[in-house]
Amino acid sequence: MEITIKIFRYDPEKDTRGHYETYVVEGDENDRVLDVLELVKGKTDGSLAFRRSCAHGVCGSDAMRINGRNHLACKTLVRDVGANITVEPVLGLKVKKDLIVDMDPFFDNYKKMLPYLINDSPLPADGKERLQSPENRARFDESTKCILCAACTTSCPSYWANDAYYGPAAIVAAHRFIFDSRDEGASQRLHILSETDGTVRCHTAYNCTEACPRDIKITKAIGEVKMAMVTGKLD
Amino acid sequence: MAKVHQFDVVVVGGGGAGLMAGLYASRTAKTAVISKMYPTRSHTGAAQGGIAAALGNSEGDNPAWHMYDTVKGSDYLGDQDAIEFMTSEAPQAVIELENMGLPFDRTPEGRISQRPFGGHTNNETGKPVRRAAHAADRTGHMILQTLYQQCLKNKVNFFDEYQVLDFIMVNGKAAGVVAVELSTGELHTIHAKAVIFATGGHGRIFEVTSNAYAYTGDGAAILFRKGIPLEDMEFFQFHPTGIYKLGILITEGVRGEGGVLINGKGERFMPRYAPTIKDLASRDVVSRAIYTEIKEGRGVDGKNYVYLDIRPETVNKFAAEDGRTNPDGSKFNLTAEQVLKKLPDIIDFCRVYLGVDPVTQMMPIQPTAHYTMGGIPTNKFGEVVIDDKNTVMPGLYAAGECACVSVHGGNRLGCNSLLDIVVFGKHAGLRAAEYVKTAEFEKLPENAESAARSEFDALRNGSGKENVFDLSNEMKKVMFADVGIYRNEKDMQSALEKVRELKKRFKDVTVSDTGKIFNTELLNAWEFGNLLDIAEVVALSALNRKESRGGHSREDFPERDDKNWLKHTLVWNKNGKLEIDYKPVVITKHQPKARVY
Repeated sequence: MEITIKIFRYDPEKDTRGHYETYVVEGDENDRVLDVLELVKGKTDGSLAFRRSCAHGVCGSDAMRINGRNHLACKTLVRDVGANITVEPVLGLKVKKDLIVDMDPFFDNYKKMLPYLINDSPLPADGKERLQSPENRARFDESTKCILCAACTTSCPSYWANDAYYGPAAIVAAHRFIFDSRDEGASQRLHILSETDGTVRCHTAYNCTEACPRDIKITKAIGEVKMAMVTGKLD
Repeated sequence: MAKVHQFDVVVVGGGGAGLMAGLYASRTAKTAVISKMYPTRSHTGAAQGGIAAALGNSEGDNPAWHMYDTVKGSDYLGDQDAIEFMTSEAPQAVIELENMGLPFDRTPEGRISQRPFGGHTNNETGKPVRRAAHAADRTGHMILQTLYQQCLKNKVNFFDEYQVLDFIMVNGKAAGVVAVELSTGELHTIHAKAVIFATGGHGRIFEVTSNAYAYTGDGAAILFRKGIPLEDMEFFQFHPTGIYKLGILITEGVRGEGGVLINGKGERFMPRYAPTIKDLASRDVVSRAIYTEIKEGRGVDGKNYVYLDIRPETVNKFAAEDGRTNPDGSKFNLTAEQVLKKLPDIIDFCRVYLGVDPVTQMMPIQPTAHYTMGGIPTNKFGEVVIDDKNTVMPGLYAAGECACVSVHGGNRLGCNSLLDIVVFGKHAGLRAAEYVKTAEFEKLPENAESAARSEFDALRNGSGKENVFDLSNEMKKVMFADVGIYRNEKDMQSALEKVRELKKRFKDVTVSDTGKIFNTELLNAWEFGNLLDIAEVVALSALNRKESRGGHSREDFPERDDKNWLKHTLVWNKNGKLEIDYKPVVITKHQPKARVY
């Protein structure tokens, strides 16, 4: 089948502003949008720049706007979006070239969440693992699925309005540890998130939940963090 | 001129092995980790089923069994000293990951949960043993995340999106690397006393693969061009269950949870090939069985795929026939809810890419190029050894899939790769940190980056008659068809000639993008050059080994030949000409015997 793909292009070494180029390629309805981009790059215009690696939705490299919504290009099939496709970089992060945006601010927000287990208590004397019940493990299961693709944060109107907001992905990272029964850093993280750039900026638009390619119920997770902040309880 | 940085240790690669090396080296040495992607993008994150360790959390197990299973899995080509080291370190390595925060699934008692996996057995009964510690079907993702988080906690220096281009060697010792910063196109020289390569495998030489685009064998290719040999490159693992056509991995954990393979006639066929452990035989055995079913006309609808079936009614029927029980002795009964909980990503992949729901439908699968057993030769401390006498190159280390210790020999067992990266990443990091305490910096050569610069220039100035995308497809097709699951002299010879022809034609490519900022066209072309170099070594090594062992199955030499071939292959690049030699296999406890599952 014939696929028409309109792609946002911007080369900072040549262009003063972005523009769109349209390419027509021969493909299949089962092709990933990433396959179509690879074909354009391989056969028509090698200078087209985008990030990709695993090509099956687990590395988080290729979040982009496809027909106006955030998706992973490798997890979106032509049959899902039709043969007329528009591809643009995600919003809210500076475009470096074509579909590549500056991810440093995104990772900086992640790092502010103290995204690592905090537990200064002695390890079990038997030299084995810390114990955790299956129920306690299940409590934060969803937020461990995050692949840091930024689809959620860059779909969030609050983040577009104010990029000082840590954003949904960072809060998911905080949630992953706050609700881990082995962790002792919840109060530090809740304190960070209670600042002006924290959860108060979430207005439950639900864009993040819709954008998440890992089906994490992000708005719900943010709600749980907000609740923990109010009640001081983690259950 | 390139920007120059100085570190005691530089780690190249931000996957599991690189992060573990970075974490341990940085405890005492000034360390940098450079990675061509943000580290969380690394291919460790695609590993699904688990990490092997004889913790014995659900049933009796011990490292000696794990050692024997790994030796047998390797078809006796693995070095037994290294295998014993890895399997005895395994329980502590997994516990350390848990202590770092890794969210393993739990048993009712709150311990790390373990599932059966291919080739891992109770050595007394021969039955599958629960040895794979897991976090749903995203164990690799959780290892990658946890190690990255620990690196952040410990303030490891990262150079994200820096592509390594060259290894600097002075007076026969490591002196650093040259890299390009992708966002600016600037070259950087990282002057170091010790260099640790953890750059992953090279599955992208094959058409159908589970491997990421990034898997272009950069580290192995760079060192090979510098005159360092590559070991056992003929051994490449084809994982039995990739999604039909796409090659996306469907974890062996599906079979660990009771899933079975079904041919086009609706038969469960693995009992005919592996009467004792059936669907949980070693990967090479299962891939050959699938290939044989297809070749003999029992693929689905005459096509080259079969089914993987995890539907609870199928699983429970065969579990009853096999007499499978739960660890507490109760009747094994898988429910749809458990499938959803234990294998969420697999369900998701099948729904997205196939429109198939594994709870109610069978999954169409075919073997997919999956894992590089060969690579940069190292000893069990991660030190790179450069000849048949295992002479160490001072300051040079390798760990993870790019390295060949060799713990996987002719065929890797599932869940031993995550173990490999954690154990050998750690020891490479520790060893390098120890080395730099007394080693001095070698003086950098003038214009250390000039070789890298000329490689780029060549790609910019070719005639333009050839196109990288097309050449790459030609290579992948011929390698998959002719140096794949089954091999023979004639096909491999023609594959080798084809790769050599492609190498010549590669000189005629030109990169159209003249920019510096994120010039991914230039980088992809350079990576393809690495794949071509690697493909030539793979084809040559395979052609040379006249026996069948592990993942190397020859139609013209169908038997294992311990008399002539119980030895490692080493291939050198001597000024563009490839030379082959061998080194002995280390055998300590287990003498080779017939391999039956």
